[in-house]
Amino acid sequence: MKIGPIISKPGSSLNYKTGSWRTGKKPLFLNKKCNGCKLCYLICPENCIDAEWIDANRIKRASLKCDFDFCKGCGLCAVICSVNDIQMIQETS
Amino acid sequence: MEKFFIKGHTACAGCGQAIAAKLVIDTIGKNAIVVNATGCLEVFSTWYPYSSWRVPFLHSLFENSAAVASGVESALRHLGKENITVLSQAGDGGTADIGLQALSGMWERGHNILSICYDNEAYMNTGIQRSSLTPIKTDTTTTPVCKESSGNPTPKKDLVGIALAHNCVYVATATVGYPVDLQRKIKKAISIKGPKFIHILTPCPLGWYHLPELTYEVSKLAVESCLFPLVEYENTKLVSVFKPKEIKSVEEYLKLQARFKHLFKDEFKSEIEILKNISKHNIEKYNIN
Amino acid sequence: MKEFLEGAIAIAKTVKLCKPGVISAYPITPQTHIVEHLAKLVAESELKAEFVNVESEHSAASVVLGATATGVRAYSSSSSQGLILMAEVLFNIAGLRLPLVLCCVNRALSAPINIWNDHQDSISIRDSGWIQMYAETIQEACDMHIQAYKISENPKVLLPVMVCIDGYLLSHGYEIVDIPEQEQVDKFLPEYKLPYKLDVEKPLTLGVLSDPNYYTETRYAIHESMVKEAIPVIKQTSDEFSKVFKKNSYGLIEKYFVDDAQKIIIAMGSICGIIKDVVDELRSKGEKVGLLRIITYRPFPEKEILDAIENVKEIGIIDKSISLGAYGPVFTDVRAICQMKDKKISGFIAGLGGRDIKKLDIYEIFDKISKQQKNLEFINVDLNKIEVNI
Repeated sequence: MKIGPIISKPGSSLNYKTGSWRTGKKPLFLNKKCNGCKLCYLICPENCIDAEWIDANRIKRASLKCDFDFCKGCGLCAVICSVNDIQMIQETS
Repeated sequence: MEKFFIKGHTACAGCGQAIAAKLVIDTIGKNAIVVNATGCLEVFSTWYPYSSWRVPFLHSLFENSAAVASGVESALRHLGKENITVLSQAGDGGTADIGLQALSGMWERGHNILSICYDNEAYMNTGIQRSSLTPIKTDTTTTPVCKESSGNPTPKKDLVGIALAHNCVYVATATVGYPVDLQRKIKKAISIKGPKFIHILTPCPLGWYHLPELTYEVSKLAVESCLFPLVEYENTKLVSVFKPKEIKSVEEYLKLQARFKHLFKDEFKSEIEILKNISKHNIEKYNIN
Repeated sequence: MKEFLEGAIAIAKTVKLCKPGVISAYPITPQTHIVEHLAKLVAESELKAEFVNVESEHSAASVVLGATATGVRAYSSSSSQGLILMAEVLFNIAGLRLPLVLCCVNRALSAPINIWNDHQDSISIRDSGWIQMYAETIQEACDMHIQAYKISENPKVLLPVMVCIDGYLLSHGYEIVDIPEQEQVDKFLPEYKLPYKLDVEKPLTLGVLSDPNYYTETRYAIHESMVKEAIPVIKQTSDEFSKVFKKNSYGLIEKYFVDDAQKIIIAMGSICGIIKDVVDELRSKGEKVGLLRIITYRPFPEKEILDAIENVKEIGIIDKSISLGAYGPVFTDVRAICQMKDKKISGFIAGLGGRDIKKLDIYEIFDKISKQQKNLEFINVDLNKIEVNI
C-alpha cells in the first residue's frame, strides 16, 4: 500500500538496540537473596528485565534476568532492590 | 504480566515518564487504545520505523489528545465495543496548558476515558521550559535563576482540584516511586465508568538535574516531604491519602536536584519557606500526620 | 424524492443517508443549520450516530479524526474562523491518510469580521492534502457529499475530502432538491473499511515521529495519490453517480460552451450560475463566449483544464479570494499550467466578503478579457470607502 512511511508495526523497537547507550556500569543480578518482590521489574524504564511467572501476579524468586542488548545502565534496579541483591558493576568490554 | 510498552525506545536513562507509561499500559493490558499528545513520550516511543507500543496507538497533535480520545471513545460506543479502555495521555504542558481546553471539554461531556498526566514539571521535550505545573522557585530555561530572579514565580496549578470541579468519577495522584500504588490506582480507575484522571509525578533526570539512578529516590521524597501527596478521590469524595512512615524535610527533597540549587545559596535561602508552606498546607489539608 | 429545501437541510438529509457514526461540529455562521438539523436527526433516532458537542472547532476536527481512525465514518462542518482554527488538525488528518468528509460553508476571514461568502477560508488551506470540491448548486452540494465518501474511502485514495459550498447562497438558499432513497445510497456507497484502523486485535502505531530520512516520502505519497489516483477516481465516481442516480454530475470540471469559445471565464462555486446566464445572453447575440467551471480544485485537474481550453485564446479568471500581496489563487494555478501556451490570461478579484457579483460585473469582465492583460484587478471596488478619518 503506497501511503508512505506513516504507520509503525507494533513492538518494532525491538530492532533498535539501546544497550550501546551504557556508559560504564551495568547491573549484576546476584539472584541469591531475591524475595520475588518484583520492584526491579516494575521500576526498569526500559522494561528489559524478564522474570519467570508463577501466576498473573507473582514471579519465581531469583528468576530475574536483564536484557543487556537494551539496558541503558540507569541503576534504578540496584537502588530499589530491598534486599541488596542487585549490584551495579563496571563493564569490562 | 505481558509487556505492552517495550524496550528499544530512546528515552534518557532513568526516565520517570518511561517507567510510568510502562506501568500504566502493562497494568491495563491488551484491551486498550492509547491516544498520546506530542511530548517526550510520543517522540521517544514512536520514532519511525521503531515503535515501543504493542497496543493500538494514535498520536495527533500537542493539545488535542483529549479531543481525539473523545472521538475514539465515541466511535467505539457506536460500534458497541465499550469494554475497550481508551487512554488519553499527555505531559504537563499537554494537560494543564495547551491541552486544558480539550481536556475540560472531554471531562464535561463525561466520556468514559482515563486521562493520564505525565508530570515532569516543565516542557522537557523542547528543552526544559517552564509550564504551569512547574513548581514555584524552579530554575528552567524560561524562568532562569539570576540576581534578579529566584526562578519560576508561580506555584503548580491544582490539577486535582480542576478535575474534581469537573466531577470526574475517579481522581488520583501517583508517582513512580510507589509503583505498586500506581498499579492499584490504574486498576481501580479502569473499573469505573466515566471520566477518570490520574496525575503521575515523573522525575526527569535531565530537566531536574539529578543522576538517573536517583529517579526512584527523588520521586519518593516528593511524597515524603508532602510536596506531592498521594491522594485518591472517588465521586469527588476523598477516599485515601498515603501517610509516609516519616515526613521528610523539604530540603532533603530539594538538595538532590540541581534545578533548586540556588535555594541553598545565601541570597535565596529564605525562599525555601515558600515551598515549606506548600508542604505544610498539604499536611493540613490531607491530615498527613 | 424532490423537495423544496433550504440548502443546509438538504445537505443534512443527504449526510444522514451516508450513515456517519460520529458527528462533531462547533457552531459558526453560516454552517450552523447543517449541524442543527443533524443533531435533530440523531436526537429523534432517525440517524444512529454519536453527536459530540465539542468546545471548539479544533476539538471538533480532532474528534472526527479519532473516530475515523477507529474505523467509523465521521462528519464535520465549519466555516471561516472555525476552519482556520482547525487548520492544524486538517493538515494532520491528511497526513495520517484518514478518510473523512467535511463541509466547508465558505465565509470570509477576519479581520474585520464578516459573516458573508467568499472562498478565502477553504482556499487558505489548499496546501493541506485535502481533496477540495466546490459546488455550484444545492443539488450538486448534496450529490458531492455522497460521492465524497466514496472517493475518500477508495483504497487507492485514502484522503479526506472537503465539500465547499458558498455561505448563505447555498447554505441558506432554497432549491428544489432531489434527495435519493436510502437503498440507492446503500448500493452506491460501500461500507467503510479502513485497512489501518485502531483495533486491539491488530495493533499498530499511527502518527509517528518521522525524521528527514522518511518525511519526504509521506508527502510524495500524498501528492501521487492526489494526482495519479484521485483524479481518475473522482471522474469514475462522478460518472457512476450520474448513471446510478440519473443526474448530471461532472466530477472535475464543467465545460459550458467552451469548445468553440474565443474567450472564456474560469471560476468556481455558485457565481457560475450568473456567469452561465451571461454566457447565454452573449451567445444569443452571436458572441463566442464560454465558462469553464472548476469543480475539483485540489487535486488541480491540469490535463482536463488544458484539454478544455486548448483553442481558447482569451481567458479571464474570477477569484473569490486573494493571496494578498500576489494574485488570485485560481489565477496563479491556471497561469502556471498555461506557461508555454499562447493565451492572454487576466485575473479578477470579485465577491469578497459577500459583495454581490451582478450580471453587469460579468459583462464588464468579459469586456476586459479582450483588452489589456492584467494579472490582478479588483472588480467593483470603491476607493472612497477606504479613507479613514482619525
